[in-house]
Amino acid sequence: MELLIDGLKQAFILIVTGDSLVVEATLRSLETSGSAIVISLVLGIPIGLLLALTRFPGRSFVVALFNAGMGLPPVVVGLFVALFLWRSGVLGFMGLMYTLSAMVIAQVIIAMPLVTGLTVSAIQQLNPKLRLQSLALGATKSQMVFTLIKEAKLTALAAVIAGFGAVISEVGAVMMVGGNISGQTRVLTTAIVELVGKGDFSRAMALSFILLAVTFAATYALTHYQQKGTAIWRRIS
Amino acid sequence: MAPYLVIKDLVMHYGTTTVLDIKELTVNQGEVLAVIGPNGSGKSTLLRLIAHLEKRSNGSIEFVAGEKPEGELDIRRRLAFVFQESLLFSGTVFDNIAYGLKVRKTGRSEIEQKVLAIAETLGIAHLLTRSAQSLSGGEAQRSSLARALVLEPELLLLDEPMASLDPPTRESFLVDLYEILEKLNTTVIYVTHELTEAMILADRCAFIDAGVIQQIGSPREVTASPATRGIADFVGVRNILKGRTVARANGLVRIKVNGAEVEAIGPDNPSDKVWVLIRPENVTITLAKTGTGSGVRNHFSGTVTTILDLGVFYRAILDCGFPLVAFITKRSVEDMGLTVGQKVWASFKATGVHIISREGEHG
Repeated sequence: MELLIDGLKQAFILIVTGDSLVVEATLRSLETSGSAIVISLVLGIPIGLLLALTRFPGRSFVVALFNAGMGLPPVVVGLFVALFLWRSGVLGFMGLMYTLSAMVIAQVIIAMPLVTGLTVSAIQQLNPKLRLQSLALGATKSQMVFTLIKEAKLTALAAVIAGFGAVISEVGAVMMVGGNISGQTRVLTTAIVELVGKGDFSRAMALSFILLAVTFAATYALTHYQQKGTAIWRRIS
Repeated sequence: MAPYLVIKDLVMHYGTTTVLDIKELTVNQGEVLAVIGPNGSGKSTLLRLIAHLEKRSNGSIEFVAGEKPEGELDIRRRLAFVFQESLLFSGTVFDNIAYGLKVRKTGRSEIEQKVLAIAETLGIAHLLTRSAQSLSGGEAQRSSLARALVLEPELLLLDEPMASLDPPTRESFLVDLYEILEKLNTTVIYVTHELTEAMILADRCAFIDAGVIQQIGSPREVTASPATRGIADFVGVRNILKGRTVARANGLVRIKVNGAEVEAIGPDNPSDKVWVLIRPENVTITLAKTGTGSGVRNHFSGTVTTILDLGVFYRAILDCGFPLVAFITKRSVEDMGLTVGQKVWASFKATGVHIISREGEHG
């Protein structure tokens, strides 16, 4: 209990004093996970829409692949990304190993199946006739797709929340491909692992509280936006 | 009336099943064409093909009035479609009604003006700021109709818009729809399996079954002179009796039905094997034989086997050597003291009998 209270005190002091390790790791975490989730959305939503709205041979297999990808172990992702980016790896010439880019790549591989899989189920949960209704009211195909995304926004935002939660709290992959280099690739999760290894539990707990706060703040903002639509219904009914 | 839409050799297959096979169908400008038929007969598929929401397997659908449409989007923007479900999007009723105008990039003030006008016409102006998800079934369907009508479409496609409404809501919706369609000069294709809706709203009826149009005519023609046994059954002819033509002269046909003889006005050369169709409302029940000198040519004595209270009237089934169904008013049942087992007389005019061939059928 003493350790917990001490950790809370430390966290408060570190935040108030703007501790360089805390600021650096927090900003780096937001930068990496933020970039990863944006890229995952840019790639995952169109792929999800394509899978939900079209039929082609092998479609079920592709959907199953993305669904399986929703539970990919981050350490395994890290290992495979490292094998590709390692100096002797297929993409070794790009010199991305132990960089933020490598960490973003690994996190995209973790988050994108979540975004794609949840987009597919979000669109498929809609009444299929909504698509026809939109077209029958004169919408172009892109206007129809935009309408469907709008209609599926509750579940689509769940995809963002799930994706962001998965990547910001992940440590295995970023440790493996980022290397936890101070001032370059150190993020909150890898910093916590390092501090625990050194026996510096107080600072590790301080960073943990900050990580929890960042995760909660981002999730709360998204949830608040997500629930705005349902609030109108509740108020009226 | 000038033709608006001409359909030729339209075929639609789902896998190996042919769900639609229409040789020719012309929809005239400004008319209300009701497409009636049982569930699964291909009615809704026909509407979706006309709206280019599905790709047809074969055939042509041509918009022959006015300028030739350029592409699918142009066609879809000339029409509006109301489905059986209201299919409202999230957002307010205003957002929903404005949807079609917004995708056409109509100006904001014009949208506001048009949405308000149509909402007032349909009596839903007070709902404009409400969430579309909070509406009752009737309000939702009115909003859906408003969303289509605000586009001032050349062609309005209505796919059983009242099917999900409760009877009182349906009745008021039907009256309003009738008044709106009377005022508009829009061409309308109205799909339904409710004969009453077709009778009230339509200029012409097309009966479709198993994907094939089997009869087109005014609602009165289709109900009084159905072309097939299936249509007769669908349009409420409750007496469909197997008969054999025994004599014909001076426009009168005498048909043997289970040993009894029925006289009908019929063609000069009727088939030997026929279906005798008598609408139950054309049968009169009396306690004694009456009307022999009034031109009523068919009189049969029979026994009442069933009396069903249908609310506004009764349905009596008689055994006259053949089963005969008649609709009678409550007042008549009470005046005659009609009971099961009672001996009565049933009569109907020769003009109240319609005959169709059953050549090629077994039995």
